[in-house]
Amino acid sequence: MPVRMRTVLVPFATLPLAACAGRQSVLDPQGLQSHQILNTLFIFLSLAAVVWIAVVIVLAVGMLRRKRSADQPLALHQPFERAAGRVVFILGLATLAIVLGLSIVSYAGQRTVFAKDEHALTLKIIGHQWWWEVRYEDDSPDKSFVTANEIRIPAGQPVKVELESADVIHSFWVPSLTGKMDLITGQKNELQFTAKSAGVYRGQCAEFCGLQHAHMAFAVLALPPDEFGRWRDRENQGASSPTDQLGKQGEQLFRARGCALCHTVRGTLAGGQLGPDLTHVGSRTTIAAGTLPLTPATLGGWIADPQHIKPGNYMPKMPLQSDELIAILHYLEQLK
Amino acid sequence: MTVAAEERELRDDELNGLELSARLRSIWQTPSGLLGALTSVDHKVVGRRYIVTAFAFLLLGGLLAILMRIQLAGPEKTFLSADKYNQIFTMHGSTMMFLFAVPVMEAFAVYLVPLMVGTRNIAFPRLNAFSYWMFLFGGCFLWISFALNVGPDVGWFAYVPLSSLQYTPTKRPDVWAQMITFTEVAALAVAVEIVVTVFKLRAPGMTLDRIPLFVWAMLVTSFLVMFAMPSIMVASTSLILDRLVNTRFYDSSSGGHPLLWQHLFWFFGHPEVYIIFIPGTGMVSAILATFARRPVIGYPVVILSLIATGFLSFGLWVHHMFVTGLPQLGAGLFTASSMLIAVPSGLQIFCWLATLWDGRPVYRTPLLFVIGFIVIFVLGGLSGVMVASVPIDTQVHDTYFVVAHFHYVLIGGAVFPLIGAVYYWFPKITGRMLSERLGRWNFWLAFVGFNVAFFPMHILGLIGMPRRVYTYTADMDWAHLNLLSSGGAVIFALSFVLLLVNVIMSLRSGTLAGDNPWNASTLEWATSSPPPPQNFDRIPVVKHRDPLWLDNASLPVVAGLSVERREMLVTSLAEAEPQIREASPEPSIWPLLTAIATSVFFIGSIFTPWAVLWGTPPMAVTLIGWFWPSGSKEDEE
Repeated sequence: MPVRMRTVLVPFATLPLAACAGRQSVLDPQGLQSHQILNTLFIFLSLAAVVWIAVVIVLAVGMLRRKRSADQPLALHQPFERAAGRVVFILGLATLAIVLGLSIVSYAGQRTVFAKDEHALTLKIIGHQWWWEVRYEDDSPDKSFVTANEIRIPAGQPVKVELESADVIHSFWVPSLTGKMDLITGQKNELQFTAKSAGVYRGQCAEFCGLQHAHMAFAVLALPPDEFGRWRDRENQGASSPTDQLGKQGEQLFRARGCALCHTVRGTLAGGQLGPDLTHVGSRTTIAAGTLPLTPATLGGWIADPQHIKPGNYMPKMPLQSDELIAILHYLEQLK
Repeated sequence: MTVAAEERELRDDELNGLELSARLRSIWQTPSGLLGALTSVDHKVVGRRYIVTAFAFLLLGGLLAILMRIQLAGPEKTFLSADKYNQIFTMHGSTMMFLFAVPVMEAFAVYLVPLMVGTRNIAFPRLNAFSYWMFLFGGCFLWISFALNVGPDVGWFAYVPLSSLQYTPTKRPDVWAQMITFTEVAALAVAVEIVVTVFKLRAPGMTLDRIPLFVWAMLVTSFLVMFAMPSIMVASTSLILDRLVNTRFYDSSSGGHPLLWQHLFWFFGHPEVYIIFIPGTGMVSAILATFARRPVIGYPVVILSLIATGFLSFGLWVHHMFVTGLPQLGAGLFTASSMLIAVPSGLQIFCWLATLWDGRPVYRTPLLFVIGFIVIFVLGGLSGVMVASVPIDTQVHDTYFVVAHFHYVLIGGAVFPLIGAVYYWFPKITGRMLSERLGRWNFWLAFVGFNVAFFPMHILGLIGMPRRVYTYTADMDWAHLNLLSSGGAVIFALSFVLLLVNVIMSLRSGTLAGDNPWNASTLEWATSSPPPPQNFDRIPVVKHRDPLWLDNASLPVVAGLSVERREMLVTSLAEAEPQIREASPEPSIWPLLTAIATSVFFIGSIFTPWAVLWGTPPMAVTLIGWFWPSGSKEDEE
């Protein structure tokens, strides 16, 4: 039944809303799960619209219709009272039937959305104030790696994310792929979804998690499966050594100026665990958990004064000379 | 029994007219001067203060809303910093829920219920005075803290572990948690008073099926308060213990769990919505009957709906936790239980629509607000059915869709009836009418402003805007709708300015109201406007559900109460048959002193656990003063 209703409703239901759909939108479903949810939503929405319009019409007619003439508040017309009682009773039963029906529709949708696939690609996402740690884990350690704020997945294949938190409660939400799920301290949650086609889908933390909750976004990049395989192989390798003098200087400064205390660059001596893994930072599209697009200018500005761009985040402003900044920037850009 | 042998005290059956009135006035009135103001136990004086204070907090909370709407009117605005914004949205929610919505409803009950059931004062009037002072001090504590930049910033829900000492090592969450304690003490006190007033102080003949619907609504609400509030007090107290003396209720590394907080909070938090909404329905029923010029259709249906809503409201808190990873079947059952509440709510709506259908509506401002209520609340209820569905909720939870939904429910379901109630009962409380012309402007500004402010938020949520973000980037396509919403918020705010203007102007020069300007049917309209300190010279006898419509000219009365001391008539629970005469307390300074001692204890205990030790003796002293036998005549008996 849900499917049949959908084919009827979608054409006119999407029309006024289509204009509003953006890349982080419930109304722009690009995943199997988000599509199913939107179907359920349309069933509810159309019923709600019908009920609301009916109530407003009854209200309007009730206000406008010609009334009994006597102004004796207690002189009631008994046949009307009885009829009104019956109508109220029937409408109450109708309400009951509707909510029971909707409960079943809802549960059917829920079963589909939360259906599990044994063969899903599994990755672990750990929420931090205010960024996302993404761990691709494999039985063999040399195929496991860590990245941040960007989640690459194969398009068309089911993906399972295991959700944990390193500090407070966060919520993982990519509306165009599926509904949200909380990352809760001391608890392991999981969520499965499938991107129907390749593309970039923005997500954002949906549970208030402190000062910079507003700046805790991420991107899901669904790649064609073979491209995903190539990316995974590349990501699996450590950082490429800098080739030029400036880059080498940058690598050395990265350790000397304290960056390595918090950040890891695999394949080098930098092994800090507090901040995002920067092994392939140069290949990412945004910085500071989706706060800014990654360009030399924004990255330089971020390193120079992270507190200006995202006040209160846990990356301190380090005292750097401008030539030191340029060297570090040059080094990071090479970490593709 | 010795009294009978001695000279019998003067009773009201031996006096008449002006002399009776003057005698009763002199024994019931609040003493003049500052001391009189501080010692008053008159439910009308306390109720008026409660209403005015709650509206002051509404203005403050509304001001915060405007600040937020300015910040969000465009992308990447720097009008407010992240830190200020987080404090402001927390203060807005906390103020509106704890310092406005619940207290203002209880305040109307404190003022109106004794009048509507035909008695001279509320039950436990000193507790009532204490309740007001606790509410005032708790509210001031929160707002002074905010002014000192110690305003809570962890959301009105204060989820752990964010609100734990580790992640918020300031005093801000303590201020929030202790404000809860203040307001809950106040709310619980009023709930007890209302229940006892309704059960034991009704006028003779006001059987259970003759109680006005507003009083029924407040009775159900009071029971909800008594069962829901302890949950949040347990939660906030254990949060303070975690923060102050290192207990581990919510620390997952020591066997506690963050979700324990969410269960405790929402076991209170969901009934809280009905604690706000059910009084609104009571106001709607009262206004509708008066202005549709007929009794509300389905009186028993409405009452059973209220009671059913009350019970069901305790069985759906989990729908606030659908995305915390609960078992699927369990979550699905809470979908059904959440939607089930649409049945009693729907029945009430159908009864009101039928009443309007048959009545001869008189379109004065209170009725306009009731009609606005139906249009807005039904929409909010229907979006509530949507968010009750697990799959839909996984998308819209914690987005602006939910912000839209609960403002439709709370403003539509409670604030619109409340403003209608202000227009309706203002003449009774002040003796003067509010301007009808300004009232109409007030309604239309509120109705249009509200919808322009909140309807776009549904769409914002669906196109991905999460709640509680202090800003958003320009490429998110949220700017236009946010600007529209901010514009609507300004119009909506103007409607409240207009209400304030109307109140101030009418207090000075409004038309005199007379006893019963709307020709309404319930007992509060049987006395003068404003009512005398004793409420009624003689206690009325009720023979019909709408006593003043039965025959306004001759309301039967009982006689036999003392005119030498404060005395009230206690009646039986079901049939309201007279049982005994009961003394009612004189004015007293002790409730205020007890409230001060309790406040010192509460505030001290967020700084040091030793406050529990040194804070208790002053409380004990003031309580002993409060309950010290006064040697009154009743004590001797």
